Amino acid sequence: MTTAAARPIGDVILTLEHISLAFGGVKALADISFDVREHEIRAIIGPNGAGKSSMLNVINGVYRPQEGTITFRGEVRRNMEPHHAAAQGIARTFQNIALFKGMSVLDNIMTGRNLRMRTSFIEHALHWGRANREEIENRHRVEEIIDFLEIQHIRKAPVGKLPYGLQKRVELARALAAEPSLLLLDEPMAGMNVEEKQDMCRFVLDVNGQYGTTIVLIEHDMGVVMDISDRVVVLDYGRKIGDGVPDEVRSSKAVIDAYLGAAH
Amino acid sequence: MQFFFEVLIGGLLSGVMYSLVALGFVLIYKASGVFNFAQGSMVFFAALTFVGLLEKGLGFWLALPATLAVMIVLGLVIERIVLRPLINQPQITLFMATIGLSFFIEGLAQLMWGANVRGLELGIQDEPLQWVSDVAGVNVSKFDLVAAGIAAVLVSTLAIFFSRTRIGRALRAVADDHQAALAVGIPLQQIWGIVWAVAGAVALVAGLLWGARNGVQFALTFVALKALPVLILGGFESIPGAVVGGLIVGASEKLAEVYVGPYVGGGIEGWFPYVLALLFLLVRPEGLFGEKIIRRI
Repeated sequence: MTTAAARPIGDVILTLEHISLAFGGVKALADISFDVREHEIRAIIGPNGAGKSSMLNVINGVYRPQEGTITFRGEVRRNMEPHHAAAQGIARTFQNIALFKGMSVLDNIMTGRNLRMRTSFIEHALHWGRANREEIENRHRVEEIIDFLEIQHIRKAPVGKLPYGLQKRVELARALAAEPSLLLLDEPMAGMNVEEKQDMCRFVLDVNGQYGTTIVLIEHDMGVVMDISDRVVVLDYGRKIGDGVPDEVRSSKAVIDAYLGAAH
Repeated sequence: MQFFFEVLIGGLLSGVMYSLVALGFVLIYKASGVFNFAQGSMVFFAALTFVGLLEKGLGFWLALPATLAVMIVLGLVIERIVLRPLINQPQITLFMATIGLSFFIEGLAQLMWGANVRGLELGIQDEPLQWVSDVAGVNVSKFDLVAAGIAAVLVSTLAIFFSRTRIGRALRAVADDHQAALAVGIPLQQIWGIVWAVAGAVALVAGLLWGARNGVQFALTFVALKALPVLILGGFESIPGAVVGGLIVGASEKLAEVYVGPYVGGGIEGWFPYVLALLFLLVRPEGLFGEKIIRRI
């Protein structure tokens, strides 16, 4: 396994302060604050329904919190449109794979380059030199990512036909194609077998190590989480019950209670 | 043989008129994966607005851009009021919204301009071209020819804009999965706004040509029904498909009427395209140019 020592953890790039989110009467998140430092792998864990995915959705603008502020790279905001979040360098994957099923792997990953393309509609439509060059440049970047994630052999395959584990990998590839500074992974290893999980772990660590991408991930597999993350936030019923390095979290009484059930 | 060609050419040219209507459906379908039930109403609304403005005393060349502006605004308003709140909803919800929209637009059109049947004169005669008759001995309507020309220009412009580019990819992405499209930074609202505005403009062209041919009346909304077999033949997401589908429907219905009709008592033009579409569904459900649906079982 790659060592974490190679990448120095930098300053705080994302701060969430007093985030509260409710759907009608249901409180999904209550007064949650934590931060994410540059180049780190930050895990969010918690039992089912703890509000982990809601948290990611707040970060990338799908949900608008009723209270609290989000500071990303010095810019304070209350809420945000998802495509603005993408423009700011936040990419993500979804819990229930959200790929473009009818398109090939290559086209799916190319959509990730969407924001990197600068030429106008008209130039593109007429296949002007600049637009063509741009398309080719972007193809190069995409091919690098394909090599990186070892999915060369399925490059042309329609995504809908691939097995689940590979679809997850393609989704990661699409997120990486945007060259994000912050990558949100919603249960990247859910439903995978041991071997696939090991592969995915390796990819997550490599992305972090080679590209220096900051990663926020949600994962249920405690072994994985404790192995690869630098710091862990623990949520339970929408509240934060733990925050720290894996060892601290592991020995925290509140966390153990939440997972195993407290003896009352 | 001369007669055969005359029927064939007449059919192909009228098929182009179907393609025009089908084109509007294709645009919306490409960008949202939804059959826009309101397309017929938009055709009706456009034609009625144009005629209404003419009656108000505007000249042809003033009424045209004015109606175009109205249709573009209509498209943008639909995106803002109807579609934007439905992002991330199932496609059937969007479809139901377009049904409601069609009733609203029909009502609005008649509220604004009244429900009388009106004629529309575009200044193009619906009579055979003399020199073609002289040279080839085949009668070809001037109106049909002009309509086909307009359709050809429209189709090639749209095809260039929407095919094989980043825009095309973005459209497919939006139709496939809203959430994912937003997450990779595709501005969904902007794309829907553009596509509905363009669909409004296409509806205007279709409305003018069909209105000139059949009169501007409520029945224009039913023209959209003829687009259905065209779409099934051509494929719902293909602009070239809409053209080829239109040509097939136009040619086959006229030929069938002339050559098969007498044996079954005539009048088969009305239903023949639907039977053809039905047969097509059995053989190639995605249409000639449609995207094959791939499913892992």
